Amino acid sequence: MLQISLWKRVLILAVVLAGIIYAAPNAFYNRVEGHNDALTAQTKNGAMTPEEQQAKSAWPDWLPSDLVNLGLDLRGGAQLLAQVNVADVYKSRVDSLWPEFRKALAADRATLGAIRRVQAEPGVLRIRIGNADQMQKAIAVAQTLNTPVTSLTGVGQMTYAITSQGDQLVIQLSDAEKASTDDRTVQQSLEIVRRRIDAAGTREPSIVREGADRILIQVPGLKSAQELKELIGTTAKLTFNSVISTTSNPNEAVGAGEEILPSSDQKGLYYVLDTSPVVTGEDLTDARPDTDQNGYPAVAFRFNVSAARTFGDYTQANIGKPFAIVLDNKVISAPVIQSHIAGGSGIITGRFTVKEATDLALLLRAGALPASMTFLEERTIGPELGADSIKAGKLAAAVGAVLVVVFMIASYGMFGFFASIALGINIALIFAIMSVIGGTLTLPGIAGIVLTMGTAVDANVLVFERIREELRIAKKPARAIELGYERAMSAIIDANVTTFLTALILFVLGAGPVRGFAVTFLIGIVTSVFTAIWVTRLFISFWFARKRPKELIL
Amino acid sequence: MAFRLKLVPEKTNLDFFKHQKLTFGFSVAMVLASLVLVFTMGLNLGIDFRGGTTIRTESDLAINVADYRQAIAPLALGDVAITEVYDPNFRADQHVATVRIQAQDGQEAISPETQSKVLAALQTVNKDVKITSTESIGPKVSGELVWTAVWSVLAAVAAILIYVWLRFEWQFSIGAVAALIHDVTVTIGIFSLFQLKFDLSIIAALLTILGYSINDTVVVFDRLRENLVKYKKMPLRDVMNISVNETLSRTVMTSGTTLLALIALLVLGGDVIRNFVFAMTWGVIVGTYSSVFVAKNIVLFIGLNRNKEKKDPSEKFFDKTDVATD
Repeated sequence: MLQISLWKRVLILAVVLAGIIYAAPNAFYNRVEGHNDALTAQTKNGAMTPEEQQAKSAWPDWLPSDLVNLGLDLRGGAQLLAQVNVADVYKSRVDSLWPEFRKALAADRATLGAIRRVQAEPGVLRIRIGNADQMQKAIAVAQTLNTPVTSLTGVGQMTYAITSQGDQLVIQLSDAEKASTDDRTVQQSLEIVRRRIDAAGTREPSIVREGADRILIQVPGLKSAQELKELIGTTAKLTFNSVISTTSNPNEAVGAGEEILPSSDQKGLYYVLDTSPVVTGEDLTDARPDTDQNGYPAVAFRFNVSAARTFGDYTQANIGKPFAIVLDNKVISAPVIQSHIAGGSGIITGRFTVKEATDLALLLRAGALPASMTFLEERTIGPELGADSIKAGKLAAAVGAVLVVVFMIASYGMFGFFASIALGINIALIFAIMSVIGGTLTLPGIAGIVLTMGTAVDANVLVFERIREELRIAKKPARAIELGYERAMSAIIDANVTTFLTALILFVLGAGPVRGFAVTFLIGIVTSVFTAIWVTRLFISFWFARKRPKELIL
Repeated sequence: MAFRLKLVPEKTNLDFFKHQKLTFGFSVAMVLASLVLVFTMGLNLGIDFRGGTTIRTESDLAINVADYRQAIAPLALGDVAITEVYDPNFRADQHVATVRIQAQDGQEAISPETQSKVLAALQTVNKDVKITSTESIGPKVSGELVWTAVWSVLAAVAAILIYVWLRFEWQFSIGAVAALIHDVTVTIGIFSLFQLKFDLSIIAALLTILGYSINDTVVVFDRLRENLVKYKKMPLRDVMNISVNETLSRTVMTSGTTLLALIALLVLGGDVIRNFVFAMTWGVIVGTYSSVFVAKNIVLFIGLNRNKEKKDPSEKFFDKTDVATD
């Protein structure tokens, strides 16, 4: 008969109730958001301001407070898709190898002859060996510095690929080492981007890795992608290099292991520098805005212990010579070393404004990006446009819902009313699931929900039409309802599985807002099958048990 | 008798094959016309697929597109398209335009300098103009997106082909896929005809149409499978007619509710997703048509081997007693 066993009834009602409770916070979005923000502030600062106290009490603690995230297209904000230029790291890695290899090879100068670094493409170290016939020996010496790759996939492979070409020893990173370096580079970039954005205090940024070498950054509330780029785009790669000479010709020929970089404030002035830095920004333990002896803004910094020693030794050995402070491939200042600088702290001066000094300190503290980034895609949505979209989406959803409900009740009477209640529960379930899994609602996502309203009643329509048919061939109401559900089932399953498949593909292959649409659509398919089959069935069974109609008009 | 809205009479006995040549011919003609349109007029591809930048501007003052164009021309940004946007939701003094700029040589996303130059140029025309959104996609990403789009549509069609084949007969899956190709082609065709912006969201709409259309088709097939067992001796054509007639009321109801929801969205959902919703609305209409007039015609055309009827596999998949008799 139409009876549904008790445990099933309880289960269905429990799911419905849980759905409504978990969806509820979204109906009081601002209030719950204020409550959550107050809690975050509490854990961060240890205390709350009176306003936060008030915001917190606006929503009871014992109720769920998970909300559906609003996508950038609804909330407004900036999005960037950045590609990490992983090959940059090869160059700095290989550049830093030269002193080590020079030392090892120089020890065998008697057999190998003179050793000189020669010009090479980026990421490759070329060393000319005086006695070219001793190349085998040179390779053997170089191999002593080689180590196995420390990664899971590159087991058994060496870090450097060491070969020879004529009288040159050619050293570069092996493919296995490149792969593991790439991974680290992207991971490190992601962390640094996250720290920089967090330091700026924006709320709920989303920074995720996409594919092998890309990072997708979404920050709600920013007015332009430009702001976001300024926040993360500056590499803030700080190095201290020896100055070999100065020149006014940017194209002057330089020796191997040397480079020409422009001065940041004096036009036409170029410095010839040793490419291997003495110390780098990565060795900084602290950086903060300060003023120099003339009261101009400057940045004070402190090195870690090993860099402090290196820097101390270097300054002691080079008193009277200039050294360059290089920031993002520009020489910001090139002071002459006056004395041995011990202790590893100092200040950088360079005609900064107060804001520039503050920003630079922040960037240095957050650490340098290991590689440069190319921005492949950027989107900015103004908050007004987002608010307009929410308004339009809400209105359309409300009107759509009313139309569907009127149509269903006009067509199926009481059963149509049941289907409409189930539709409401369906929407609540979608929001509940989205809130719990931390899904993001986008504008196409709203379209997905509205579309779900149209299609969700389909399973009910299939059942109701089937019941009508069964009634027509003179079945008793109870039997007709039973058969209606039973016989419509295979069509419901087939229809929804195929729809689910396409939505799944959309989810897997889609990106951004399109994926938001796929998420709501996928959840909507599952919940609509549940509500259409179980919830309306429960209603009908309750109704039938009370009324016991002899005749059923549908 | 309580009042019941019935768009379809209780018992219909329409012959859906009566004008078979006309309806099927019409479908074939539409598909061919769409293909011709796409190859001659092409598609108005959005920046998702060809790279470039779209800037949305808003102003309290009326917009003169020609003035805008003139203001931007000296910047020499290459191909620039400016369109004014209308929407019933806009306030009376809300004037919106989109400026689309081709991908610039040597840069992936738009440079901030270019963006501020455009804004400055537009402000010489309307002083209060402001940028409400910017989207910029480099040629690298857009190239990948084209392939993602093509793959996703193909993957969806393949998945449906296999599923329908497993659940029904292979003839059914050919019929279903033919209907899907019809729906997708005709939808792309109308985008070409009206030169509507074709971007990634339209691909999402196409996939939704696939899902919707196959849903409709499968319901008819499901009934057909049931009736094939019931009326063993009846000619295939007649069994098909009975099946379509029996499911007609459902087809109309579901299309009705879906279209009601979509039309609400089309009118009130704002201009940002209008093309997306238009594609879906159009797709639902075409998809409903194709379930009734295309899919089963193909099956009839191929013919079925009715001696070795497959048993309803749902019996294996689904415990029916669980559904009804507890």
